Amino acid sequence: MKKFWSRFLGNPRVYLGLIWLGLLLLVAISANVLAPTDPFAIVGKPMAPPGGEFWLGTDSLGRNVLAGLIHGSRATILIAVLATLFAVAFGTFIGAVAGYYGGLIDNVLMRFTEFFQTIPSFLFAIVLIAILSPSALNLVVAIATVSWPPIARVVRGEVLTVKSREFVQAAVVAGQGDAAILLKQVLPNTLSPLIVTGSLLIATAILVESALSFLGLGAPNLMSWGFMIGAGRSFMREAWWLVTVPGIAILLTVLAINLVGEGLNDALNPRLADL
Amino acid sequence: MTDIVLSIDDLKVALPAWSDRRFAVGGVTLDIRQKEILCIVGESGSGKSMMGKAILGLLPAPHVRAVGGKIMFEGRDLLELSDDDMRAIRGGRIAMIFQEPMTALNPLMKVGQQIEEVLEIHTRMSPAQRRERVLELIRDVHLPEPERMIASYPHQLSGGQRQRVVIAMALALEPALIIADEPTTALDVTTQAQILHLIKELQRAHGTAVLFITHDFGVVAEIADRVAVMRHGEVVEQGPATQVLGAPQADYTKALVAAVPGLKPRLKELDADANVLLRVTNLQKTYRTSSGLFGGTVREVHAAKMINLELKRESSLALVGESGSGKSTLARCIIGLESVDSGLIEIDGERISGRTRAELRPFRKHVQMVFQDPYASLNPRQRVGDIIALGPMLNGVSREQAIAEARELLHLVGLKPDAVDRYPHEFSGGQRQRIGIARALAVKPKLIVADEPVSALDVSVQKQVLELLNDLRKSFGLSMLFITHDLRVAATVCEEIAIMQRGEIVERGATAEIFATPSHPYTRSLFEAVPGREWISSLG
Repeated sequence: MKKFWSRFLGNPRVYLGLIWLGLLLLVAISANVLAPTDPFAIVGKPMAPPGGEFWLGTDSLGRNVLAGLIHGSRATILIAVLATLFAVAFGTFIGAVAGYYGGLIDNVLMRFTEFFQTIPSFLFAIVLIAILSPSALNLVVAIATVSWPPIARVVRGEVLTVKSREFVQAAVVAGQGDAAILLKQVLPNTLSPLIVTGSLLIATAILVESALSFLGLGAPNLMSWGFMIGAGRSFMREAWWLVTVPGIAILLTVLAINLVGEGLNDALNPRLADL
Repeated sequence: MTDIVLSIDDLKVALPAWSDRRFAVGGVTLDIRQKEILCIVGESGSGKSMMGKAILGLLPAPHVRAVGGKIMFEGRDLLELSDDDMRAIRGGRIAMIFQEPMTALNPLMKVGQQIEEVLEIHTRMSPAQRRERVLELIRDVHLPEPERMIASYPHQLSGGQRQRVVIAMALALEPALIIADEPTTALDVTTQAQILHLIKELQRAHGTAVLFITHDFGVVAEIADRVAVMRHGEVVEQGPATQVLGAPQADYTKALVAAVPGLKPRLKELDADANVLLRVTNLQKTYRTSSGLFGGTVREVHAAKMINLELKRESSLALVGESGSGKSTLARCIIGLESVDSGLIEIDGERISGRTRAELRPFRKHVQMVFQDPYASLNPRQRVGDIIALGPMLNGVSREQAIAEARELLHLVGLKPDAVDRYPHEFSGGQRQRIGIARALAVKPKLIVADEPVSALDVSVQKQVLELLNDLRKSFGLSMLFITHDLRVAATVCEEIAIMQRGEIVERGATAEIFATPSHPYTRSLFEAVPGREWISSLG
């Protein structure tokens, strides 16, 4: 493990990513302290440019853009992380069962997975929100539903290779049951690729959440970055900061997650890093 | 000295900063002369392969690179050459034979084309000349039906045939030097004998110098003119083969030679009326693979055909056979990892064949297994204590007691008891195999099935592990079914031997009898194929 940490933290790109993510997390946690007023409250005259009374200006209704950005980080991160957790849990379950039992079970579960994979994921998410009605919870459900198949495939592949290793046979010979073998012997050895895929999935989830909010399918009464872009897009010529500020926030966050994810990948698969 | 083909002078190969030693090769000086086979022999990690790679400029750059010394070949220092010049020498003047012929050949190209490609790149022969040369080379390496052979793909050939193709490719341009890196390690013992014979014959006919890298002293005795023994990146002894093998000077060489398993059969030391522990009656197992998505032709492999076997209490039986003989399948059936098609397996009079996995659970503690690969057989994410304690805990022993027992077992197998708190990657291959043995003993089994338990280990470690198994067998009163491809190992461990070929037991009896008078022709061919047989016998 020492080697892992030295390789992970010895990578300068990982530092940049971690610094941004750390900052973001801090802002999200202390949102109510940093911006005590409701982000939806009208606090000044509309379309005030950045640099005046409000650092990042105000929007078409006179709402504080900085407060929106701060509270938006909380919503965006929460929804993305929760959706990823659900997707990883479900995908791992499907992939592990399919890979471990093989045969008919594998066939059925993998065709089921492919069924989800063949539907264009963003359209599918829109349809789901349209059916379920927009809310924070439904956003999580929709994003998780369209993002679990890759996880299932990764886990299945890993389980297939791990289960043929001799220590799994040793557990069978010792008399351990299937569920225990899967949980204690096989799954811990599939963690590395799972962590990498999962971390990158958070970035995708942020993008999907922003895109849905942009289309007005996000949670109402919840300030998020996508919502801010969606609300500000009609005033792009008059007030460039309405779209640009949350856009840069999304860009930097997705970039940071990808940097950290790549760093994790390099640290967990040292052979790949050498190539 | 004009007869020196390649001269290595104080070669140093540096390892990356994070490895446990600084140099893979630390100052090696060697000469290879014309028309001689120089064997580099050493255990894993001795730097012998890195040296071979350094000569051809195939080191895994940028992490591993040559940092000092010279490799003089035909008046030039190979370490100073440009990539283009090096490419002309590789394959042209120096050729390489690899350990695994399947990965050395392109699976999507016919073997004839692959040999021809070498000629196409390096010579100006016409297509007709090239074809003639390819056929000549195929005949040189004694492959049957050259015309059909050049139109085959690598996967259609056997391992031995593939290695012959690789040798033909190496010879295509009449190189001055051939580097062979463990070329027979992946092959069966009878095939190995043929390939060794072939290499020697071709080397004599073409007058090529050969640098032969191996870990097996038997192979050295078979083929070497001169020997260099390597350890930790340094040459500890070099000289003519007869001298190094017959009267080794360095302590390390002496220890290695002493560790080579002898051909002295083990004598039967048990009374004849001991009762039968394991009985296998008319066991059959066939693997069926349907080719293609829609069924189609079914391929059948008879892994076990009407096997009958008996093992008495506190005795040991070696199942000896080459790959594909069905010996591992038989072991997996006995251990309950594989179901049988028909026939009966009984332990202590209780039937264990034909039961489901749940029904088998109560019988698991009677039969345990020691696996082949010490690196794959221990879960890298569990502590050694938990690995050993798993079996007893599943049988209802409390965790505290199971861990306490694990400490005792670790002491018994020659490790420190506090190893229980450490992870498998902190141990060497031999130590891991000791942990594997401790795990098998933890449930106090009656029978241990050992599937090639020492074939992945270095020869000196191999000897220690075999001695350990032997001691434990006596003190625990165990029976052992020992699966191996190596008659030498079988002879040192077991009183009885069964020889398997194509799913059948062709000969069975006391080790001493089989060694004295092998009756089946296959058994005899196995004995003849043992590398360095005469030298090993001379060790006494």
